[in-house]
Amino acid sequence: MKKLLTALLFAPAVTLAAGAAVHLDKAPDVQGDKAALQSGARTFVNYCLNCHGASFLRYNRLMELGLSEQQVKDNLMFTAVKTGEPMRVAARPEEQKVWFGAAPPDLTLVARARASSDGSGADWLYTYLRSFYVDEKRPTGWNNTLFPNVGMPHVLWESQGTQVMNKDHRLELQAPGKLSPAEYDKQVADLVGFLVWMAEPDAGFRKQLGFGVLGFLVVLFGVAYPLKKAYWKDVK
Amino acid sequence: MASHTDYEKYKSDGSLQGNLLEWLDARFPATSMWRGHLSEYYAPKNFNFWYFFGSLAMLVLVIQIVTGIFLVMHYKPDASLNANGIPVAFASVEYIMRDVNWGWLIRYMHSTGASAFFVVVYLHMFRGMLYGSYRQPRELIWIFGTLIFLCLMAEAFMGYLLPWGQMSFWGAQVIVNLFSAIPLIGEPLSIWIRGDFVVGDATLNRFFSFHVIAVPLVLLGLVAAHILALHEVGSNNPDGVEIKKRKDVHGNPLDGIPFHPYYTVKDIVGVVVFLMVFSIIVFFAPEGGGYFLEYNNFLPADPLKTPLHIAPVWYFTPYYSLLRAMVWPLFGIDAKFWGVVAMGAGVVILAFLPWLDRSPVKSIRYRGPIFKTLLTIFVIAFVLLGFLGTQPPSYAFFGVIPSAPVAQVLSAYYFLYFLTMPWWSRIDKYQPEPDRVTM
Repeated sequence: MKKLLTALLFAPAVTLAAGAAVHLDKAPDVQGDKAALQSGARTFVNYCLNCHGASFLRYNRLMELGLSEQQVKDNLMFTAVKTGEPMRVAARPEEQKVWFGAAPPDLTLVARARASSDGSGADWLYTYLRSFYVDEKRPTGWNNTLFPNVGMPHVLWESQGTQVMNKDHRLELQAPGKLSPAEYDKQVADLVGFLVWMAEPDAGFRKQLGFGVLGFLVVLFGVAYPLKKAYWKDVK
Repeated sequence: MASHTDYEKYKSDGSLQGNLLEWLDARFPATSMWRGHLSEYYAPKNFNFWYFFGSLAMLVLVIQIVTGIFLVMHYKPDASLNANGIPVAFASVEYIMRDVNWGWLIRYMHSTGASAFFVVVYLHMFRGMLYGSYRQPRELIWIFGTLIFLCLMAEAFMGYLLPWGQMSFWGAQVIVNLFSAIPLIGEPLSIWIRGDFVVGDATLNRFFSFHVIAVPLVLLGLVAAHILALHEVGSNNPDGVEIKKRKDVHGNPLDGIPFHPYYTVKDIVGVVVFLMVFSIIVFFAPEGGGYFLEYNNFLPADPLKTPLHIAPVWYFTPYYSLLRAMVWPLFGIDAKFWGVVAMGAGVVILAFLPWLDRSPVKSIRYRGPIFKTLLTIFVIAFVLLGFLGTQPPSYAFFGVIPSAPVAQVLSAYYFLYFLTMPWWSRIDKYQPEPDRVTM
């Protein structure tokens, strides 16, 4: 009885029966790969940062990706004077609102905000950036299978080429871009890796520290438990 | 058994420590409080696993207060937009996460601590239900406890607004709007609570004030009352028998052991194990799979964009399910109002437990099959209500069984469990309680 109650209490909230889940492609994990993160940073600065800010990330944190201050200044910093400044868009949010109808969202935390029971934020972004297709009915000429009627056009179309939706509602490449499909997937994976890193730059250190803290607690348990045993040996 | 320090002898030996203690004791009940609450507070020697959660709740309270103090040093309760178009409050949380030294750790400890608080408090309350700890003469301890639970809910609800994310904003909007369903005074009342027609800067600032000053003050007072009342009557135990009935020649309970050192060294073990679980979440899964930090809350609050699915944090979801289960506009009053009544009643009914339970024995160990069966169903119902509260009302089990009627049946069970208790707790079978505790 007691065991049953205990088991019930700690059982995770029953079976999470799957709803009509969206299928997300698994994003490759590139967090340990500094070259990939640097390439993602380059794509981000060249394509995303024109409209989307990353206002919680200061340029000098990019040095944690293995870049020197000079490299950051020369290659990645176009919207700021000092490396301590955050990655802002050149335009102000009010101006963007007039131009686009809505200011493009800040992307610093997008990789965390897009997580759901369907998959991680990285999976969502990886799928999203590979799901644009030509749709003449949309004002931008682009649509997206994961984010229907999205406001953003396909900014990376030169790399990927143009996809169209066929009769089976599947995407196929109509005109190839500068990159092969495999190369494009890699470019997106790197970009998504950078977005994940940007959402929590301390995540790597956090996990490292976690092992240290748990190690300490194991040692502490090795002291606390015998201490308790010693005090309690006479209690009957 | 370890012997107690003989403070009287210590005092008269002329040493510096002895003189200081003498000076202190003449002005403050230091030694007598130490004895009354620790070294000579006799606790039953048969506490089991379930008895760790009281001291752990105190530990989490301290974690919340200490991390909270440091968070307040950098957090800004300001709903206006900064130069980047981001609300200042939201940006200040990210500032803590990125620019404040160890800020991420302090913030994750606080956010994980909120969930941990409810985990240990739910387990602590369940312990009371298992062993009849609310029964005479401990009714007042139980009532203080339910008030603590109520305060904790208010504290968590108001604290959740502060990061000013989408879920913060819309969660507060939904809950405060519920008050508008009260006839006549509802509309002005909800405006009075918000300080505005919508959740806004005024709401954020008053919730901040309540979260960091008012509610913690009440909470600390109630915790002190809870413990003082406990130490007045003494702790219950897994056998539910009174250890004070059988005493040795010194007048100490035969089945009691001094809280210090026995339970202090035991609780240290509990603390270390708790900290391991806590650290695994803080360092490896601070979002708790979206249950501890909701994913949508990484988006700044936007009053113009209502999220598709607004779910409270997991610890409110059983009560949120009670609220949603009420869909009938009784007596011509909006169903929303009855939802609020059901949610409130769901918490308040706990306070009546000491008088609803008519069983001659306290502990589950000696209670009969009716209690064991109904309590098991109660736990299942509570967990299921909690799960359903995280899901949209359209959720269906295995994609076919609609969840709304299930939640209504479970809600009805939640209340019937308590309301019919005076009847079934009397007719249940019992085994005789032992005279002494069993290890």
